[in-house]
Amino acid sequence: MKIDRRCFLSLGIGVAAGTALSPLPWKAMDDSSIWSQNWPWTPVPPDGEITYTDSTCTLCPGGCGITIRKIDHRVVKIEGRKDHPVNHGGICVLGLSGPQLLYGPTRVQSPMKKINGTFRKISWNQALAEITEKLTTLRAEGRSHTVAGIAGSSRGTVSGLLQRFLTAFGSSHFYSPSSMEDSFSQTHIQHQDKKTIPGYDLENSNYILSFGAGIIDGWGSPVRMIQANSAWKTKKIKLVQVEPMLSSTAAKSDQWLPSNPGTEAVLALGFAYVILRESLYDPKAIDDHSDGFKAWGAHILNNYHPDKVAEVTGIDSQTIITIGREFGRAGKPVAICGRGQGRTPVSVAEMNAVHALNVLVGNINKTGGVFTLPEPDYISWPEIVLDATADSGLRARPISMGGEWLHRFPNAVTGNEDGINFLFVANANPCYTLTDTKEAIKAFQKIPFKVSFSSYMDETAKLSDLILPNHTYLERYEDIPVASGLRNHLVGLIKPVVDPLFQTRHTGDVIITMAKSLKGSIEASFPWKDYSECLKTGLGRNWNAFTDKGYLELNYIPEFEEVPRFAFQVPSEIPQIPLEGDESKMGLILIPGDSLRLSSGDIGSPPFVMKTVPDTVLKNNDSLVQINPKTAEKLGLKKNGYAVLKTPRGEKKVKISLSQGIGENVISFPRGLGHTAYDDYLSGKGVNFNELIGPVEDPVSGLDVAWGIRASLTKA
Amino acid sequence: MTQEHRKEKKYGMVIDLDKCTGCGACMVACMAENNVPFKKDETDKLKSITWIRVYKLTNGKPYPNEEICYLPRPCMHCEGHNGHSPCVTVCPAIATDYDRETGIVSQIPTRCFGCRYCMGACPYHARYFNWWDPVWPEGMEKSLSPNVSVRMRGVVEKCTFCFHRYQLASEKAALDGRRELKEEEYQTSCTQACPAGAITFGDLLNKEHAVYHLKKDHRAFRLLERLGTNPKVYYLSSREWVRRSGDNYHPDEKTGEIISHH
Repeated sequence: MKIDRRCFLSLGIGVAAGTALSPLPWKAMDDSSIWSQNWPWTPVPPDGEITYTDSTCTLCPGGCGITIRKIDHRVVKIEGRKDHPVNHGGICVLGLSGPQLLYGPTRVQSPMKKINGTFRKISWNQALAEITEKLTTLRAEGRSHTVAGIAGSSRGTVSGLLQRFLTAFGSSHFYSPSSMEDSFSQTHIQHQDKKTIPGYDLENSNYILSFGAGIIDGWGSPVRMIQANSAWKTKKIKLVQVEPMLSSTAAKSDQWLPSNPGTEAVLALGFAYVILRESLYDPKAIDDHSDGFKAWGAHILNNYHPDKVAEVTGIDSQTIITIGREFGRAGKPVAICGRGQGRTPVSVAEMNAVHALNVLVGNINKTGGVFTLPEPDYISWPEIVLDATADSGLRARPISMGGEWLHRFPNAVTGNEDGINFLFVANANPCYTLTDTKEAIKAFQKIPFKVSFSSYMDETAKLSDLILPNHTYLERYEDIPVASGLRNHLVGLIKPVVDPLFQTRHTGDVIITMAKSLKGSIEASFPWKDYSECLKTGLGRNWNAFTDKGYLELNYIPEFEEVPRFAFQVPSEIPQIPLEGDESKMGLILIPGDSLRLSSGDIGSPPFVMKTVPDTVLKNNDSLVQINPKTAEKLGLKKNGYAVLKTPRGEKKVKISLSQGIGENVISFPRGLGHTAYDDYLSGKGVNFNELIGPVEDPVSGLDVAWGIRASLTKA
Repeated sequence: MTQEHRKEKKYGMVIDLDKCTGCGACMVACMAENNVPFKKDETDKLKSITWIRVYKLTNGKPYPNEEICYLPRPCMHCEGHNGHSPCVTVCPAIATDYDRETGIVSQIPTRCFGCRYCMGACPYHARYFNWWDPVWPEGMEKSLSPNVSVRMRGVVEKCTFCFHRYQLASEKAALDGRRELKEEEYQTSCTQACPAGAITFGDLLNKEHAVYHLKKDHRAFRLLERLGTNPKVYYLSSREWVRRSGDNYHPDEKTGEIISHH
């Protein structure tokens, strides 16, 4: 057949029309769009059997119960445990992000040793042999007292094992962070070695007066506090928030009293004046629970007239009278303090002024009031065996029960002629959380040999000489004592949800192994095969109940204990902790603005948490500082413009965020940013608040009670 | 055996803004449940995928009279008039559809070819586009759930009221020989996680469900109600300025005044 032009054209048109009418182009388009979206690097999560396991969250001191959802052997979700007495099914951003810590890129996968500045993988045997050798030498040289330990808490078996190890070894250098609980303890007359911890029965109170406590910003046990707040809303119970800035708590309170920063104690005494003046106090209860009322009462009536208090605090006298009356007449009111998340202590004078209100209205050890509870006490271990070396080591420095405040650690390294030669760090990240961080790191680096037990490559692990990675909280057994202002303290059980992913070892086991290899009295102080046996025998008869329920409620029976008495203390002339810095050169006051959307403790925020950080807090890699528009105008600063933030402890480049929620000359940004370790999702983002502030010791207790610092902002 | 029809349902949410503390737990509960990806920098909030996002509202007054209210915004699952949700009507690929059985606006990523008409149509900014392939750091893909497919570059995604949970609950109920789900059997991830108990989820048509009664609360309002989107997410606030910021009002108009379009 001859193909002429006409035939060719008609064939061509026929083919085109046929193709157009057939499903081919549409099918091809569809296929190509499917193909373009099905790249092999888009993961397809494998299916499997769904199971649920209960455990306890350890990522903050809150102690929430969690339920872990697994698909076969993978953890895919962490939810709040519904039948748990702390959180009743609720959970926070950090708790929800747990799987990202377990499977995250910051895990330390095996023991690591720093050789010429870089970490090399070594075996557990090598690592432990090296430690034994170093410790044996130090002991033989009579320098056992220069070995130190830092733990994230002074409670629980792992912290207990570390402290026990140091004691048996011959050192009293044990450090752990302090909190507002320590301030509370210091306002009570007690026997030596005993601590009094507050238990707030907030669910049953009918009036809440908070002096800067970030009730819904992470104070106490965060989920429990948010639930209490919701219950108050339903029951129409009034929450009054005293705070210099409009935090979430202030915003959600029924009445916000924007006091001048640092004047909380004075305001509390102003309310006390009203209660005394109008005889709204309970004389019998005061008699039963406290000492020194008479002198104190006379002093308050002479010196804290509302007009005078109004001048200092910036809260007008009529409001002081009204709130004082409301508190005095409420029946079951509670006054609480501890700024922000309460992880920084307040001065004894402040705690004394605030808690005096509770004592005045007789709300001590009563439903809806404040309970004076002892330290959680549930571990029974045999006596520590001390040899002569240990004895002399311990005599070199006196032991303080529960260890020393962590903020004093840098000084122990530099301000002590023997110094520290060897350091263990467990469940803590002092190279990030210590204030005046740069100086703290300098002190840390002076220590010849530092061992970190961290599961993650945090700032402290990075600066250590040896890392002996612990299992994460989803891979191990441990007891988690929870106080955090709960009415009834409890001990949460954490248990392995998955097999350890890497070559990690339980810190408890490592400590026991170390003790055994040092022989003699040290070995004798650790009579357990391994950590599981130590935990099980330590809990004794409670073990079965503990493992069945997943927690142990520590019911406190007041008849068995001597109830500690509150000591009314006549306040010094101005019960205010002065700010560091020269007011004439630095006219602003920098205060932290704690938020639940950032983890500010030893655990760095996982990627999901970073996603919730508002762009008024972090933009790209810049921290934004909240400042009142009037102050900004005065300083010539513009929204989103750069500025240099300077304090006596350091200076940082920041961006400006205008806010009507903060008073003039006060500036703020949250803790939890400015990490230099961890992964690309966190590292190098924003400014670490701790670097800009330094410790300020309370003259009464020695606690670090810095609540802010003088600062200046200049256009960059 | 005859198949009796299930009762028509309208799943919806009532969010109590008086209780919401802005803690962000709903956002992360959603991300963890639905395999939502994350990037190294999430500070460009226009490109940050958050199916439920907590907004911060202020009353605009100077210190110390400023007030703040947090407002979590999931997909509103608009019913429009008779199922004509703004996004559904513009989708050329039926990647998003109004399910008349549950009242849920679905989103099927493999059908979506990324034209983003729906994003333009949605007045709530509840829809997000995957500008990049999702990347999990090595090992972290282990935390992904098989119940929700991982989205690829070039598609739109949004809140589904955890529809996979509805499917799982329905399957379980079917095995037990039941047709209807109990209120507690199907709850979204954000509802469960909320520590403030601010979110209530259930069938808006079912008198036995809490949302049925809560939506009639005198504090209740919906966002941009006057556009006629007929959203299934209700908010409760005792503060007038908050209710007023839920819509664009002329200064002369009263808060909550509804203009009838039809």
